[in-house]
Amino acid sequence: MRLLTALCSFVLLAPRVFAVQQAPPGQSEYVPIKDLPPTDQMPAAPLLIAAYAFVWIAVMFYLWTIWRRLNRVEAEMGALARKTAGR
Amino acid sequence: MRKVFGLPVVVVGALFAAAPYFIAQAPYESTMGLIQKIMYFHVPSWIAMYAAILVCGVSSAIYLFQNKPAADRYAVSAAELTVLFGSMGLVTGPLWGRKAWGVWWEWDVRLTSALLLELIFVAYLLVRKYGGPGSEKLAAAAALFGMAVAPFVYKSVDIWRTVHPKTSVVPTLPKVMAGPLALTALAFLLLFFVLLTLRARLAERQAVLDELYLAHED
Repeated sequence: MRLLTALCSFVLLAPRVFAVQQAPPGQSEYVPIKDLPPTDQMPAAPLLIAAYAFVWIAVMFYLWTIWRRLNRVEAEMGALARKTAGR
Repeated sequence: MRKVFGLPVVVVGALFAAAPYFIAQAPYESTMGLIQKIMYFHVPSWIAMYAAILVCGVSSAIYLFQNKPAADRYAVSAAELTVLFGSMGLVTGPLWGRKAWGVWWEWDVRLTSALLLELIFVAYLLVRKYGGPGSEKLAAAAALFGMAVAPFVYKSVDIWRTVHPKTSVVPTLPKVMAGPLALTALAFLLLFFVLLTLRARLAERQAVLDELYLAHED
């Protein structure tokens, strides 16, 4: 009886188990790269380099603006000091 | 000034120089491959932005309730850095998304709220520049609003359905990926500290110049 139950269970459940474990169907023909979805065709490296470059450029640009503003303030202070001394 | 900046500048420079090596050593993520490495400066730029928002909000509260000019100088400096680091996140994110999601931008909750948070601090700077006398207080109130909004932006991915990964992803990273991420996060936070000190120094000199002009007119 136990053996019969086990055999019946195997027969009923086996197709489901093997269906889950089945490998995906093999590629039947050559697929050129242009037929892949656009995201798969796109190279990642230029996007990665662009992101890294943007971070560097943004930091350098901000540092340059601070340096420029600081120089302008110091120059104005110097000019004001000279004007005050000339009075 | 040089003493204050010497060591942090050297450390930040060394960290940024070393970062590409450690990022290159980190393994590829299973589904995204190379493009996932944008994470190593996308996530730290948001961490630095949140740090800047915190400094801006707390300094603005001190300025509003205790009227300390030094706090206002730190608030305006941190607001500029919020916009700087936010722009890094808003640019590196779409570059990542273009490959990973197939689109540059998606009007979902996380991306849209992050853009609005950035715009709040752009508005802060515009009010400071063109608001005329008394705009400091108005801008400080806007900074408090921005600080209150920031936690919602961070948690939005956990609350609403969105294309952006949830906050639970980063804590589950293996050590080989978490290490370089921690290194770049540290580099960005140190960079934030250096830039904040430098920008606050500029604000201090501007305040001295304004006082000199007033004394000169008298």
